[in-house]
Amino acid sequence: MKILNWAAAGVALLALAACAPATAPSASGGDDKSGTLRVWLFDEPNRAPKEKVVAEAIKEFGAANADVKVEVTYIPTTPARHEKFKGAFNDPASAPDVAEYGNTDLAEYAAAGGFADLSADLGSWPEGKDVGADLLKSATVDGKVYGLPWFIGIRALYYRTDVFEELGLKPPTTIENLASAAREIRKKKPELYGVAVGGEYTFGALPFVWDAGGDIESLDSPEARKGVQAYTDLLSDDNCPPQTCASLTGGKTVELFASGKAAMGILGNFSRSAVDAGAAAGKYAVVPLPGAKEGAIAPAFSGGNNLGVMKSSKHRSLAVKFLQLLGGKAYQIKMYEAMGNLPTLTSARDELAAKDSFLKPFLDTVAAGTRFVPIDPAWVKIDNQKVIPTMLQKIATKQATLDQATDEAAAAVKAAFGRS
Amino acid sequence: MTAVTTAPADPETRVRQSTPRPRGRLRPWLYLLPSAAVLLPLFGYPIYMLGLLSVFDYRQAQVSGGEPTRFIGFDNYATLLGDQRFWSVLAQTVVFAAVLVIATLAVGAALAVVLTKAGRVPRLLLSLAAMAAWAAPAMTGSTVWMFLFDADLGLVNQLLGIEGYNWFYDKWVTFGIVGATVVWHSFPFVMVTLYAGIQAIPSSVVEAASLDGASAWHSFWRVIVPMLRPLVTIVVIQSIIWDFKIFTQIYVMTNGGGIAGQNSVLNVYAYQTAFGSSEYGLGSAIGVIMTLILLVVTLLYIRALYRSGEKL
Repeated sequence: MKILNWAAAGVALLALAACAPATAPSASGGDDKSGTLRVWLFDEPNRAPKEKVVAEAIKEFGAANADVKVEVTYIPTTPARHEKFKGAFNDPASAPDVAEYGNTDLAEYAAAGGFADLSADLGSWPEGKDVGADLLKSATVDGKVYGLPWFIGIRALYYRTDVFEELGLKPPTTIENLASAAREIRKKKPELYGVAVGGEYTFGALPFVWDAGGDIESLDSPEARKGVQAYTDLLSDDNCPPQTCASLTGGKTVELFASGKAAMGILGNFSRSAVDAGAAAGKYAVVPLPGAKEGAIAPAFSGGNNLGVMKSSKHRSLAVKFLQLLGGKAYQIKMYEAMGNLPTLTSARDELAAKDSFLKPFLDTVAAGTRFVPIDPAWVKIDNQKVIPTMLQKIATKQATLDQATDEAAAAVKAAFGRS
Repeated sequence: MTAVTTAPADPETRVRQSTPRPRGRLRPWLYLLPSAAVLLPLFGYPIYMLGLLSVFDYRQAQVSGGEPTRFIGFDNYATLLGDQRFWSVLAQTVVFAAVLVIATLAVGAALAVVLTKAGRVPRLLLSLAAMAAWAAPAMTGSTVWMFLFDADLGLVNQLLGIEGYNWFYDKWVTFGIVGATVVWHSFPFVMVTLYAGIQAIPSSVVEAASLDGASAWHSFWRVIVPMLRPLVTIVVIQSIIWDFKIFTQIYVMTNGGGIAGQNSVLNVYAYQTAFGSSEYGLGSAIGVIMTLILLVVTLLYIRALYRSGEKL
């Protein structure tokens, strides 16, 4: 009896509410010319210089648009950013007008329909034409440009000049060179890691895969396997013991190099200030990450951040104006000076290259060709499911062979593409 | 139903009989109303939504209105049951939870007995330590334990002189550390509950047992434990539910599932599926399966107790 009652009540409830779960109201946005312009920017470990540049831009913007207030919120770069952005898409009332976002997240945001198509706005903006075609690709989905590439970060090989000099080593020019130098350093100086590599350092491993001719979509190809092997061979006791290194993220390898515990590291131009603040300061130099062939440069990942305008923005033209100011040449150069971020405008990069020789290896890497992750919501899924770290970790910890792990990863990648 | 079919011919008796009856049947519901008014919206609605989401193709594009939401029946469940990873995580979760329940009960019960025997000062100290562990938020506790076992800076490694040893590398060592943290968080509840129960046992009963020649060990198992059975039941069910749903400690201490995801448990897996991969439908299906497993385990346990003739 009682059970029957409950069942009946359950059926009644289902019948009452047999409708689909809710979806967000589709906001069309507006074009108010006054009010508060809300801006989301990423919170960096050293935010103060960024805040200063942004404050300058706001002042300039305020001078031209007296009745507009610009309100900046700094949001975390951690995976929590996904929730933040999803929240903004689902609830236009709490969404910003302009937002900075990582270009690897673009496909998901575009699929969710969160950002406005800026193709026309950027096309009619003289400075916008100066963004390289390959870089604009990292802001484009299905022919629509969903933002302005604001800056990029390029990784290269940092090495300790004092250690190399002491052991009579030369900066590596091939991957093989790199591995043997790393082993020699570890052997002669056991307190140091040869080259700091991490099992969770996806963008440290991908250049090896790309250089060997593999790609994310085909991790089980012989070429990709060769690249994966070249990287995971470094995750061994004679260089960076898996006990410590299997769980390292890219950020941790920066710490290792900066604190003087590693003789080499695959670090970005954006890590310069962190290294300069550590024990390795003044004792390092940078060369492009070498490829397998003598003289080749392993393709770097052109990760960076874009500035976009939300589709739900109530101040569309104001938002575009602010974006063009903050993303323009003057502020790109200021951002480089403050944060070390590489400008996306070719003219700004050329201007900086002449000024700062530190940039040379990074700009050489850009010139040799950069690569990008698939612009597809599947990438976010692959990234969140840690497909590539899991593959690297399984090989490094010998939980699986190279073939098994790459097969598994390739299957996971395929599944991610299939269901998205 | 019965009242209607067996209604006697005499209208007067019928009225007299049927009026108190519905009221008698309604009364328990009436008493339940206040708690139902709180519980139904707070638990019923989320569970209903969870079930509803689990039969839809519901991903980020659907949430933000980019694509229509599609009813897909049990497809999410089929995907899940066909996924080897789901099964390995499920098995891992069950075993881990079972060990945790036993460990929590053992530690909690042992310390409850210690509390009853200890003098005033040690009792106070033990209670304070337990209360502190109980009061510590799971996030804080996990972080502190993580620092204790940190490879380079951890106190444990410094004391043992094995700096650089990574406790979170081996799968079973990691589970051991995380398990210890979970037990540390949850034993105070068991200890306090059982201590209160032991205090409530009339001393004459224990005295009689000892007069009959029962050792401390015997009187614990033969006298105290049977008398505590209702309490033990509650504590066991609570522990099963808590430990099966373990999330914070794993998520914080192993950075979301450990090396190559080897330390993942069902709740973390559900979270990563639903929110990490934006597969809200699939994530909800995991949630539904977890709820069902917990319900079944709890019902079986209560039923087993009834069978053995013990009242709760």
